[in-house]
Amino acid sequence: MDNLIALLVAAPLLGAAVLLCGGRRLDKTGHWLGTLLAGLSFVIGAVLFADMVGKGAEDRALHQRLFSWVPVEGFQADIAFQLDQLSMTFVLLITGVGTLIHVYSIGYMEHDERRRRFFGYLNLFLAAMLLLVLADNYLLLYFGWEGVGLASYLLIGFWQHKPSAATAAKKAFLVNRVGDMGLSIAIMLMFTTFGTFAFGPVLSSTGESSEGMMTAIGLMLLLAACGKSAQVPLQSWLGDAMEGPTPVSALIHAATMVTAGVYLIVRSADIFNAAPDAQLAVTVVGAVTLLFGAIVGCAKDDIKKALAGSTMSQIGYMILAAGLGPIGYAFAIMHLVTHGFFKAGLFLGAGSVMHGMNDEVDMRKYGGLRKYMPVTFVTFGLGYLAIIGFPGLSGFFSKDKIIEAAFAKGGTEGWILGGVALLGAAITAYYMTRVMLLTFFGEKRWQPAPDPDKAPGVEPGIEVHPGEMPHPHESPRSMTIPMILLAVGSVGAGAFFGIGDRFVKWLEPVTKFEHGHPPIGAAAITSATVAVMVIGVTVAYLQYGRRPVPVVAPRGSLLTRAARRDLLQDDFNHIVLVRGGEHLTRSLVYVDHTLVDGVVNGTAASVGGLSGRLRKLQNGYARSYAVSMFGGTAVLIAATLLMRAV
Amino acid sequence: MNPVNYLYLAALLFTIGAAGVLIRRNAIVVFMCVELMLNACNLAFVAFSRMHGNLDGQIIAFFTMVVAAAEVVVGLAIIVSLFRSRHSASVDDASLMKL
Repeated sequence: MDNLIALLVAAPLLGAAVLLCGGRRLDKTGHWLGTLLAGLSFVIGAVLFADMVGKGAEDRALHQRLFSWVPVEGFQADIAFQLDQLSMTFVLLITGVGTLIHVYSIGYMEHDERRRRFFGYLNLFLAAMLLLVLADNYLLLYFGWEGVGLASYLLIGFWQHKPSAATAAKKAFLVNRVGDMGLSIAIMLMFTTFGTFAFGPVLSSTGESSEGMMTAIGLMLLLAACGKSAQVPLQSWLGDAMEGPTPVSALIHAATMVTAGVYLIVRSADIFNAAPDAQLAVTVVGAVTLLFGAIVGCAKDDIKKALAGSTMSQIGYMILAAGLGPIGYAFAIMHLVTHGFFKAGLFLGAGSVMHGMNDEVDMRKYGGLRKYMPVTFVTFGLGYLAIIGFPGLSGFFSKDKIIEAAFAKGGTEGWILGGVALLGAAITAYYMTRVMLLTFFGEKRWQPAPDPDKAPGVEPGIEVHPGEMPHPHESPRSMTIPMILLAVGSVGAGAFFGIGDRFVKWLEPVTKFEHGHPPIGAAAITSATVAVMVIGVTVAYLQYGRRPVPVVAPRGSLLTRAARRDLLQDDFNHIVLVRGGEHLTRSLVYVDHTLVDGVVNGTAASVGGLSGRLRKLQNGYARSYAVSMFGGTAVLIAATLLMRAV
Repeated sequence: MNPVNYLYLAALLFTIGAAGVLIRRNAIVVFMCVELMLNACNLAFVAFSRMHGNLDGQIIAFFTMVVAAAEVVVGLAIIVSLFRSRHSASVDDASLMKL
């Protein structure tokens, strides 16, 4: 069984290699090959899972060592895999959702002439992401971490002829770079502290080092997680990443890659357990992002950007839970999995709507679509109920547990974190209801298709005739089936995981688990969660369900306008980082010109001046040369005599 | 006679020759002064040979004469051709080798 682990990664990697090197002759069949290999990876994962379930809880972890990557004295880096319960959860999520999204993309990308390349990139992403979660040391994890960053960059900029997509890809890459620096520094710190970066030795000897060092490593890991998971302060790339094709947004920027930060923190649980300050920083980042994403999600009229804000916010919940320590790790991962289902489903639904509406993304130009796209409406609706935490659906089980755990943190912190999480739940209900009402209910506010010359943002591949009214239709079966399966997951996963603490028991050998004791009863918290959810839905209904919605967005309050601009994140980055960087470089150039160049030029000038003087000695008069010869000889003789005398 | 006196004479001749090389401009005179220095050296060699009672100094004096004769051949030829091209035998006029 151990030997199967490498095959998990090898299958999509092979697909990527064949599809990207195979050339045009694979244009007709490439998407089937890519989907097949993703499916194969899922089957292998399922076989390994069945095998793992059959064993006792303690000896479920599998290891496979392929070869020594960097065999140097005192520096051992192996290509070695570790498959424990945590990795297994991710493997099933990645390959399962990944395969569904491959199937969906067959229909979604049907008219795109670069579909083969798209599937090659998707397979590359799967391979890198599996490498990330299967690595048994931080260096190999880093390799996968960079690999998913690369795949994300390639896929965001897949329609690179659109300047906005090309810019968004570069932005995502650059912001991720900042986080990646954190991860590489953390790995270096681990190596200097422990002499290794394999999970086993590092995580079992965290007690031997000082708390300060653990805090430093923890904060660097948090920086890495912020970059990859779009948490404040490195959140600015996620909204723009929606420039990529919608299946990419569903797979990479909702279900899997952006949750890699949560994986990193939960995987490094022992380091964070030994560093309470770093843990506090994690919870603060989570809580801030939770509200940040939710507020942004409320103001966006672009359906994908609203969902992106929601993703940010939900990952904020996970990071918050991961910062709570052993009372939260399992719930962070549980929310991650249920979120993977319902958010991927919501994105696929959004893609389906766009598919039927001439690639219009502005929700104010939708309306009344529930009659025209029944399957999309039902699956999207189930995902909606799941994310707002409607009792019985999956979001209810996972989010409620996180809110409980936040209260159970204890003291003032617990009250603040719990209050923020509750507030976030209310805002979630508000903005998701808004999305739902704007898209599927109300009057038709459809607009004729824009002239593609004037609106270069239209996704290519689908023929758009300027001035034509959209005629929404249900998407082909290859798109609806993945949506239906994900909707089933959104409905059932929570109950399956949550009832009887099944998921917690499954993860307990890896992440440990302590039962948190909130200061108020669990039942009270659950009712509060449901109550704020109802309030959020009601407010949204009063605002968007009872009144006709204007097609052009009203000016809005100061907060709304700020939220439309992503709470001024780009302005902040521009003023603080871009301008600051410019000033810094300008002052460095000044120092270079005056100080460095001054020293260099001064040296050169003084040497030049001195040699100019010395040059005068070469006057061409034989007699003056003779003088210097006589003088030199006289000095030599005098020196010799003097030495003799002494 | 005390051989040291010969050394004094040699030193005097050498000094006269050196001063002539440094001071005079006429190439012929400079040349003669160089010969004077060489002969001062020969005189010193011979005097030392006498003082120390071996023949090394006298043999070296012969070598010096041979070298001086060869030098005179080459040197005079240079001076004559220099005079032909520049109509001057002044060493200061031949100062082209400078920056």
